[in-house]
Amino acid sequence: MSDSASIMPEHPPVTDWVNDFDHTDPTWTENPFPIWEELRAASPVVHTERFLGCYMPTTYQAVKEIAYDTEHFSSRRVIVRDIRPEITARAPPITSDPPEHKPAKQLLLPPFTPDAMKKLEPRVRAICNELIDEFIADGKCDAAARYTKHVPVRAIAHMLGIPEKDGDLFIKWIHGILELGIKDDNALMEAVREMTGYFAAHLEQRKQNPTDDLISTLMKARDKDGNPLADEHVLGSLRLLLIAGIDTTWSAIGSSLWHLAKTPADRERLVKEPELMPLAVEELLRAYSPVTMAREVMKETTVSGCPVKSGNMVLLSFPAANRDPAMFPDADKVVIDRKENRHAAFGLGIHRCVGSNLARMEMTVAIEEWLKRIPDFRLDPAGKVTWSEGTVRGPRQLPMLFGKTN
Amino acid sequence: MAGKLKVRVDQDKCQGHARCKSLAPELFDLDEFGNAHEVGDGSVPEGLEDKAYLAQSNCPEIAIEVTEE
Ligand code: HEM
Repeated sequence: MSDSASIMPEHPPVTDWVNDFDHTDPTWTENPFPIWEELRAASPVVHTERFLGCYMPTTYQAVKEIAYDTEHFSSRRVIVRDIRPEITARAPPITSDPPEHKPAKQLLLPPFTPDAMKKLEPRVRAICNELIDEFIADGKCDAAARYTKHVPVRAIAHMLGIPEKDGDLFIKWIHGILELGIKDDNALMEAVREMTGYFAAHLEQRKQNPTDDLISTLMKARDKDGNPLADEHVLGSLRLLLIAGIDTTWSAIGSSLWHLAKTPADRERLVKEPELMPLAVEELLRAYSPVTMAREVMKETTVSGCPVKSGNMVLLSFPAANRDPAMFPDADKVVIDRKENRHAAFGLGIHRCVGSNLARMEMTVAIEEWLKRIPDFRLDPAGKVTWSEGTVRGPRQLPMLFGKTN
Repeated sequence: MAGKLKVRVDQDKCQGHARCKSLAPELFDLDEFGNAHEVGDGSVPEGLEDKAYLAQSNCPEIAIEVTEE
């Protein structure tokens, strides 16, 4: 879901955040938190002329009002970018509004319940350990490249019922679609074509020999009239699950390890009190929410008293909502055992993340297994942490050293 | 002594975040789509009162009601 398409190097640097914000500015990418604070202090809704006109709600309340208001705010465009091309590629349910949204979503929900995730958990634990085996003896690693990226890729491959080693292909396609695709339309089309061809072959195989994996589950799904889904619909859903499920969770696990690397007190506490993990995972999701979405304003309205005009986009920042001190006391601190936490990292309202139970399980298991094998670690001062730009935020380079400092 | 508590999930508000089921599995259950409902008639057994309030205060959709009988 990351929007590399909006990373336009020719954007002029921002000097006035309140009236001219830009979520692709390097300052934002590096450290967005002080910017959000400034915007929130100015108004619950701010506006920029960039991106052909775009609002940003800055408070939890304003984000919630927009997420709940599907009449004035459409999901037909879920990415804020420089251009607004004709809508061709739709990806239900994420780009759907009511009434189409619900039936499209219900098809995807049953394979992602917490019970289904419990069955997958042992395999994810094994995946984490296989990855750690590959680098632990080195005493250091780039955790983003060697660990956090591969956990979601292999987990989804396992769920889909395809060889986990093919996960490397997913990484390549997603890179082609979300990053190279910005400037190189051919790279994008090529990745989509390869991906579609790959999955089409898997559909054909399963028509001969049905299996009991996620691909087969989607093939067996029936719409409300009892008809099977067209192959195109199944292929579209598979594409959405990959694009929505990989760099999001990669980012969430990465930010969590980044926090723990530089916060020994929290790390030691989790090692000593593993029962805190469920609360800790929610707090890390709140403080370092990776996913910012978008809406398009369809009709003029007001949000938290601010007028909002049609023709504009909305940068729907769940991450900024989650840092709102009116909603969360000590919003800028990671309180690893925070008890009351209605964070919106997985969205609010009808578009609640389909993969939230999967993402939570992957985060929990990836952090737990890392802490068991590598209880002491820190950022490598000789390396540099880099963050992804755009709508999914997380470390893309995360150099770590293992063991205690002496 | 406070009265007995009851929990109820508003089906129109629940979006299936599943926070309640994770924090208080004795009081909440999920359907095949992952949306929540209270277990039985929602009566909170003695000793689980804190869990009822914890689940309520973690629901992002404010879909959980806790009432005192
Ligand atoms: C920590 C990891 C993740 C985060 C933070 C996250 C966040 C989000 C958010 C904020 C939305 C709401 C979009 C909106 O309001 O427009 C969403 C939707 C969605 N997510 Fe995730 N996600 C994560 C992982 C996953 C995974 C692992 C999958 C599946 C494999 C997934 C699949 C989806 C789908 C299909 C939707 C569309 C739901 C709808 O429109 O009803 N996500 N996600």
